[in-house]
Amino acid sequence: MTTSGGGGAEHVPPPPPVHRLNRRENFELFSSRVPFTLKLAAVWAVILGSLVALFAAAGFDTEWMREHAGFIARGITWTIVIAVLAIVLACVLALLGALGRLSRNAVAVGLTGFYTSFFRGTPLIVQLFLIYLALPQIGLALGDPWTDLLTLDVLTAGVIALGLNYGAYMTEIFRAGIQSVGHGQSEAAEALGMTYAQKMRRVVVPQAFRVIIPPTGNEFIAMLKDTALVSFLGVSVEQMEIFRRAQLVGRADFRNLEALIIAALVYWGLTTVFQFFQLRLERRLSKGYVRGTAGVAVAGQRRMKT
Amino acid sequence: MSVPGNDSVELRIEGLRKVFFGHEVLRGIDLAVGKGDVVVVFGRSGSGKSTLLRCINFLEEPSEGTIEVAGIRVEGGGHRTRRKREQIRQLRIRTGMVFQDFNLFPHRSALENITEGPVTVLGRTRKEAEARGRELLEMVGLPDRGDAFPIQLSGGQQQRIAIARALAMNPRLMLFDEPTSALDPELIGEVLGVMRRLAKELHMTMLVVTHEMGFAREVASRMVFMHEGEIIEEGPPSQVLVEPKRPETRRFLEAVL
Repeated sequence: MTTSGGGGAEHVPPPPPVHRLNRRENFELFSSRVPFTLKLAAVWAVILGSLVALFAAAGFDTEWMREHAGFIARGITWTIVIAVLAIVLACVLALLGALGRLSRNAVAVGLTGFYTSFFRGTPLIVQLFLIYLALPQIGLALGDPWTDLLTLDVLTAGVIALGLNYGAYMTEIFRAGIQSVGHGQSEAAEALGMTYAQKMRRVVVPQAFRVIIPPTGNEFIAMLKDTALVSFLGVSVEQMEIFRRAQLVGRADFRNLEALIIAALVYWGLTTVFQFFQLRLERRLSKGYVRGTAGVAVAGQRRMKT
Repeated sequence: MSVPGNDSVELRIEGLRKVFFGHEVLRGIDLAVGKGDVVVVFGRSGSGKSTLLRCINFLEEPSEGTIEVAGIRVEGGGHRTRRKREQIRQLRIRTGMVFQDFNLFPHRSALENITEGPVTVLGRTRKEAEARGRELLEMVGLPDRGDAFPIQLSGGQQQRIAIARALAMNPRLMLFDEPTSALDPELIGEVLGVMRRLAKELHMTMLVVTHEMGFAREVASRMVFMHEGEIIEEGPPSQVLVEPKRPETRRFLEAVL
């Protein structure tokens, strides 16, 4: 504005008064120069430090922890075995469940509707006990071959209960995945003369998996934690998973704080590791995801360059 | 109009009606297509052209009427029993379809798209199917794109792969549902070129819904004009395009040409 109107008197704005920064402003300026990650690390350090201080005040026995950490951590094997078997079962059930929910067959819709409603509508811990404790009673009533068949050992019961429960939730994931495949794909498959089963197996489900895999990874991570519930059924020492082992040694020496902290850290470590792989997988699947195509395009490009 | 003799008819449509939610989209279509004929179907959007094509291979269930392809006769309407589903499948095996937006399988390479039908549906060995697939890639002018995935191909290339995929089943009849409508103008020619070869060199029986009047004039043995769910005019392109009998046809052609 001062340059406009050549002839007018020049208005030179007075210099701003020198402002002395107060302490708060000084801190803000300092803080703005510290990298965000560093600040984040400081916050974590404070949280963890406070927890350690709190535990120390409660008479934390680190010696005991060092001694028993190995015993508890050996439960990882069974935790992972249970979770892997259960997620496989859950995937199979979820696929069948999704196909059932999407079909126009009253039997299939009814069966899968009952299945998902029941297993999503009741607590997992109740389902565990139903399968472990209540099934044998039915088996006994039914007589010969059933008595043995329906009396399950703890790990089998745990895998079945977790599989059934997660399968019911994952039915929705699989259904959404299948529905995400465009209708044109179905029509192209049908126009070639494919049967329903061929169309699903060769065209629809393989494409649905792109959508299904990432949330299934999340379910697996959640399942890792829920394996702790199996410990309520009680197992022999060799087959104990993390939580059961922690309870056992914690109670024996009245070192529950230490034992449970170890168990929590082991679970935390496990889920963090799997979360890492999960993120990488997700990133890989989403790369080049255009018009319903994902990793294949990337793979194809790589193939072309060679 | 001349209806070819019984033995040389690849497609016969009798009394085809289709009702969508109380709205009659097809109001009684009768059409016979002889072996090696190229029939171009044209008309305003909403006149029922696409529905007609989709009823032929039962992507839409006809409300009434009969479809016969290569001797497979299927009654429209009513419940799809196991027996009827199998009849429809047999009819579809003999009928190739090319869609407006290609609908290639994005998770499979171009060659795998072509071999999918023969391997899965016809039970051919992968080797046989691939040999034939490479011939077809050659035929549609893409001999070295077999390993490419659909996403790496242009629209015109995708549509040519889609044509090869349909041809791999050795169909008796090919249906083209506006095969060039989703393409950029400069890519239309390559697809029409393949279709022209298909008609002239391989004498494929074809039913083509298209607005490409140049293609129709050159390739069509017959043209069918649809208006409000009915065929109101048909004849050779030399007559239909030059001196249409119906005012609706004339008006449409004036707007398009």
